[in-house]
Amino acid sequence: MNSGTLQRRDVVGAILTLRKPNLLVVGGLGSSSWDIAATDDNHQDFCMIGGMGLAVPVGLGLAGARPENRVLVITGDGDMLMGMGSLATVAQVQPRNLIIVVLDNEVFGETGGQPTHTAGVTDLAAIAKGAGIAVTGTIRDNTALTEAVPLIHEAEGPLFYVVKISADLPETVYPPLDGPFAKDRFRTAVLGGANA
Amino acid sequence: MTEHRADWPSDIFAVLREREISQICHVPDAGHDRLIRLCTAQNDMSVTTLTTEEEGVGMLAGAWLGGRRGALLMQSSGVGNTINALALPAACRMPFFTIVTMRGEWGEGNPWQLPMGLGAPGALEAMGVTLFRVDRAEDVTDTVNAAAGQAFNNQVSTAVLLSQRLIGAKGFK
Repeated sequence: MNSGTLQRRDVVGAILTLRKPNLLVVGGLGSSSWDIAATDDNHQDFCMIGGMGLAVPVGLGLAGARPENRVLVITGDGDMLMGMGSLATVAQVQPRNLIIVVLDNEVFGETGGQPTHTAGVTDLAAIAKGAGIAVTGTIRDNTALTEAVPLIHEAEGPLFYVVKISADLPETVYPPLDGPFAKDRFRTAVLGGANA
Repeated sequence: MTEHRADWPSDIFAVLREREISQICHVPDAGHDRLIRLCTAQNDMSVTTLTTEEEGVGMLAGAWLGGRRGALLMQSSGVGNTINALALPAACRMPFFTIVTMRGEWGEGNPWQLPMGLGAPGALEAMGVTLFRVDRAEDVTDTVNAAAGQAFNNQVSTAVLLSQRLIGAKGFK
């Protein structure tokens, strides 16, 4: 049985409400991208709708290209489980401007709610720690979330947080589905039209 | 001929510099060793070792989103690991550029290398990647330059396949 009580959209809202102008967001495929799109249609957000397992690598590449920005990856436990090796790569690079938040509902929410490995004994924060990311944590309630949000926006990275959330799925709100449009919109916002 | 053969990694390095490719991702291969060392020694290039090749497809997409050009260096066996990831640059019409050292051909001595080595070109083409094959050292510069230019100017995926004939087959007896 899922152990989370926090609602995913409340969590993403609590984080993104306090965003600073230099924040870039990468959304992992599925519900995480819907949460970001539902919170704000910010052109500095790049929401994936495929490429399972790649949200963290995309964030890592972006963080390296944009040292003047802060990059926040928001993704789910299914996406993170598929790309666990990338945590070791993040740890090797040690990007100061990369933060990873995993919304862990312990199920594959988009495919019928089948349990993921985190519903059992798998602990993604421990895996991130073992991969070599020094600052990790698991957030289970509003008090812990309120404490973590300023760190997400200000503390030196890399940071890795698991947020245990309810398996409830709110209404789907799509980000741009057309990949070239999404990419060009993001690059125009970040690089300026002349460079995009 | 022998002398030219030893120089082709430097030729690739020169093209990477000319094309302003500064994010190098790799799962190492002996055939890429010299190029990786040249890139690592260059202060304004970032060289990232991956745990698996599909990470490189994601990283390079992220780098491009941030305005930076990159290349993935891998062996043909790694091509198989990238297949679903290649949907990302294809779906978003982003450039993706890779240089692949080929195994499983031209005197291969390890039977475990044959299936993915022989399957790599077809797998890449199935995902919409345009292939540029190099068999001779004197063709390296022009071919790598053409493939990189095609990827970044058209925002498409291209791969240079460095044939085992060029690299030299590993000595299994």
